[in-house]
Formats: sequence, C-alpha cells, structure tokens
Amino acid sequence: MHSIPGRRVIMALFLIFLLLPIYWLVNMSFKTNSEIVSTMTLWPHTPTLQHYRRIFTDESWYSGYINSLEYVVLNTVISISVALPAAYAFSRYRFLGDKHLFFWLLSNRMAPAAVYALPFFNLYSAIGLFDTPWAVALAHCIFNVPLAVWILEGFVSGVPREIDETAFLDGYSFPRFFIKILVPLIASGIGVAAFFCFMFSWVELLLARTLTSVQAKPIAAIMTRTVSAAGMDWGLLAAAGVLTIIPGALVIWFVRNYIARGFALGRV
Amino acid sequence: MDKIVNQKAWFLVLPVFLVVAFSAILPLMTVVNYSMQDTFGNNQFFWNGVGWFKELLDPSTDLGGRFLASLGRNLLFSAIILTIQVPLGIVVALSMPREGWSVAACLVILALPLLIPWNVVGTIWQIFGRPDIGLLGYTLNSLGIDYNYVSNDFDAWVTVIVMDVWHWTSLVALLCYAGLKSIPDAYYQAAQIDGASRWAVFRAIQLPKMNRVLLIAVLLRFMDSFMIYTEPFVVTGGGPGNSTTFVSIELVKIALGQFDLGKAAALSLVYNLIILIVCWVFYTVMTNAGAERKAAPESEAALEPKPAAGLKPVGVLKPKEGVA
Repeated sequence: MHSIPGRRVIMALFLIFLLLPIYWLVNMSFKTNSEIVSTMTLWPHTPTLQHYRRIFTDESWYSGYINSLEYVVLNTVISISVALPAAYAFSRYRFLGDKHLFFWLLSNRMAPAAVYALPFFNLYSAIGLFDTPWAVALAHCIFNVPLAVWILEGFVSGVPREIDETAFLDGYSFPRFFIKILVPLIASGIGVAAFFCFMFSWVELLLARTLTSVQAKPIAAIMTRTVSAAGMDWGLLAAAGVLTIIPGALVIWFVRNYIARGFALGRV
Repeated sequence: MDKIVNQKAWFLVLPVFLVVAFSAILPLMTVVNYSMQDTFGNNQFFWNGVGWFKELLDPSTDLGGRFLASLGRNLLFSAIILTIQVPLGIVVALSMPREGWSVAACLVILALPLLIPWNVVGTIWQIFGRPDIGLLGYTLNSLGIDYNYVSNDFDAWVTVIVMDVWHWTSLVALLCYAGLKSIPDAYYQAAQIDGASRWAVFRAIQLPKMNRVLLIAVLLRFMDSFMIYTEPFVVTGGGPGNSTTFVSIELVKIALGQFDLGKAAALSLVYNLIILIVCWVFYTVMTNAGAERKAAPESEAALEPKPAAGLKPVGVLKPKEGVA
C-alpha cells in the first residue's frame, strides 16, 4: 500500500491528539482532589488510589458497572440469536417483502434514540419491565438487531451454497445443519457482530438512563448524577471514567485483527 | 446464482420481526397518537389535529422557532464535521504503517475513542477543556488566549467540534484503511511503470477505490452527527444560552423536561422523517452501486485477486456479488 510523505509525523501527531485527553483523565484519577483543584501538575505528585478504592467498595458505584454489563450481555445474546436465522434467510432466499423488510430494519438503526426515549418509558412502565436490565436490553435491540442482521448476512453470503446443499443431501435436518455446520463456519462473523452489539450497547446513555431509576441504573447514569451534584468530586469522576474505558479496550484487543474489516462491513 | 424464492423463509425472519416490531412499531404508534393531542398533565388529553405540525414549521411560534433554530445549528454542525473529518480521515488512513506490530497498535489506539461511552467522551472533554483544571483550557489561557467553553459561544462550538473530531475521525480512517487495503499491488506497479506522480496515484487509483467506503463514511457521519445528543449535553448542556442546542437536545428538553408530549411527538415525527429520507437516499445509492458493480466487465473482476473488505456492505445489499 502506498503511503504519503511525512506519514510517520502525521500518524504520531494524530495518535497524540487521541491519547492526550485520555491521559489527562487517567492522570486526574490518580490525584487527590486538593491537588487537582490547587495546582496544575502534568503527573500526579502525590499518587493515590483512594478514588478507585471508593468505587470498588461503595455498592452504589460498583453496582453500576454490574448493571451495565448485565444489560449489555443480555442485549448481545438476544441480538445475535434472533439475527442469525434472519441473516441466513436474507442471504439465501427471496420472499415476499424481503427488500422492504431489510430497509425497514436498516431505518431503525438510523432512528434517533431521542425520539424513542419517551414512548419506551411508557411502554416498559406499562408492562412492568421499567428499571430492569431487560428493559434496556430490549430497547437497545432497536439498533443492534438490524446491525447484527447486516453484519451476519455478509458473512453467511460468504459461505458457498454448495455447503448447505451437501449437508442436506447428507441428511442433516435444518436446525442441525445450522448449529453443527453454519455457525462454526461463520464464527468470526459472529464474533464481529457480537463486538458491535457490545460496543453500541455499552456506549449508549440516553435510553439506558431513561429506562432505569434505582435498581438497574447503569454506570453512565451514576456518573452524570455526580456531575450535577454540588461540590464536584473530580478525582472520583475521572476514576469512574477510566474504569468505563477498560472493557472497551479489552474487547478491541481481542478483535484487533478484524477491526478494519469489521467497521467497513458492519458499521451501518 | 440467484436466490431461491421460498416464502417459508419468513419463519426465519419472524423473531427479528417480532423483536424490532415490539421496540419500534409500538413506540412509534404512541408517538403518532401523542402528536395529535395536547396534555395538561394528569393523563388528560385533548385532540389537537395537525396543530403541532403547523406550529412546528412556522418560525414565528415558540415551538417552530426553537425547532428551526436547532435544525439550522445541527445542519451547520454536520457540515463542519464532514468537511473536517473526511479529509482528515483519508490522510490518517494514508499514513497508516505498512506492516509489523505498529499496524495493530495504531488500529487499537484509533479504535479506542469509538468504544468509550458517549457520556464519558463528554466528561473527558469537559475536564480537558476546563480553564482551571484541564490541560487544554489551562494551556490556552496561559498562552494568552481567552478560552472558556462555559461562557463563550464560539469556544463552546470549537470544543464540541474538536471533541467530535476526536471521537469519530477514527471511524472514517478505519473505513478508508479497509478500502485502501483492498487495492492489489499490481495497480501500484503499473502506476510506477507509467511514472505516475504521487498525486496521480491518489486521484486515479486510491480515490476511486475508496469511493464506496467513503460514501458509507459520509452518510454515517452525517446521520450520527445529525442525531448527536450525549456528548454536547454533558459538555455544554446545550449552552451557553442555546448556542449548542441541537435537535436531539431540544427534543429531550421538550419531552422529558417540560413533559410537553404533543409538541415533542410532532417534533419526533418530523425529525424521524428527515432521517428516513436521508437513509432512503443512502440505501438507493448503495443498491445502485451494487448493481453497477455487477454490470462491470468480467475482466475487471478477474484483475482483483480478492474482493475488497471495504466493498462488503455493497455485497451485503446485493448479496450475490463478489462476497468472499
């Protein structure tokens, strides 16, 4: 691949631009609040773990992480399991209204979350799911299911149809073919789709905040309430922020070889 | 190889249909219902017909004025975002290292901002930009530039834009990188033999090959910046005044702040309609691009050893063409 002159400098500058704000957050999370407010220091002069200790021992803080992970995992499982058969259907068959259905799914991926915030609130209150991880997990399906269908469809289309036909000739029933043959063949696709479902559910705040109040409050919502409280606890806020970056960073590390491909393939 | 017509495929699609219908159609019907009514609390509703829609499109009313002002701000924001992020994304993609461990390292760092929860992105920039405790704000102020995103409209805009560039340029860069990776070496060798300049290589080989991924990037960035809510809400809260109040922020203010359900619902529908139209254009363009690809002469297809990862979405829409 041909590159441009000065590419090292450009890349280095851009990476610094990306990392500098994150460094500042990490830096602040290790400072005491008096150091943050009183002096401008480029690194913590009296490093402390008090903010992290507070988060890991105070239930109102760490339960936020558990709540968030709970609905993110639920959502990923629901999205992938309903999207798999649909992806197969869209990839292999033509049926009444298939194109319209596909466009309708796609349009839901693009719908602004703000439009749905209030109706979701009413809907999930009416059926008694309000303030449970299920409410958020189902609400996030509106953008994650279409996305998962889109990604998986690409991967299923990459599997030659001869494989299906051979399997059926060999006497495989449809469910058995699906689980024993198709799923292992598109395992990397399922991984990429799960990564994107995880990602979009993890970063979303508006719906997650609207649909929970006490029991299932996500970490993102707990953080916003600290922001609005009088007497800002900057160190604690920074530490909580750093901890929300870690799951994402771990997930990226596992899928790093598929990132570029995955974004081009599925980010729609 | 054409797809088989099989109506039973509906059974496979049914779960998706039910899940998405539950979370899309039901709420949307509620919105349509609200948009025709007015409420004074206590769940008492009064029929208002298309009154809200008329008001919404009339700039002299309060609702219409707010809607059109936020729409204008949002369009300006999206335009600025696109003019910065697309060229920058291309440049960053072209600057990617060629091989070795540094490729993986660059990819991971590039993808990092994309996986940070949106409100934390807001928090990061809120802290980073503060004149008293933030590196950026402090540095600018000590250089003699009077920078304060809380009180100055222009500074607030700059902060929100730089934040979005920080957050999303990587997406454009990753998409372009996927497109560039798909160019076979033979193309470059041919260019070298012809003695093509660097610029000619870019114009004649790289840009055409990135066409489709760029299209995805532009439309995604347009749509996501048009729907932006969380990040500016955390950093500026829509202020100072209303200077960074975008459509989503205005909508949430009306719906969950004032609990003005009728107005909010009417706004939602118009907002959704705009998105839907853009989305339809996107879909049509992508589908046509897929059809053109199919019509392209066989010889060109034979030149490409492996199908481009970046071209995949095209293949997804028209799944029968060149998906490996």
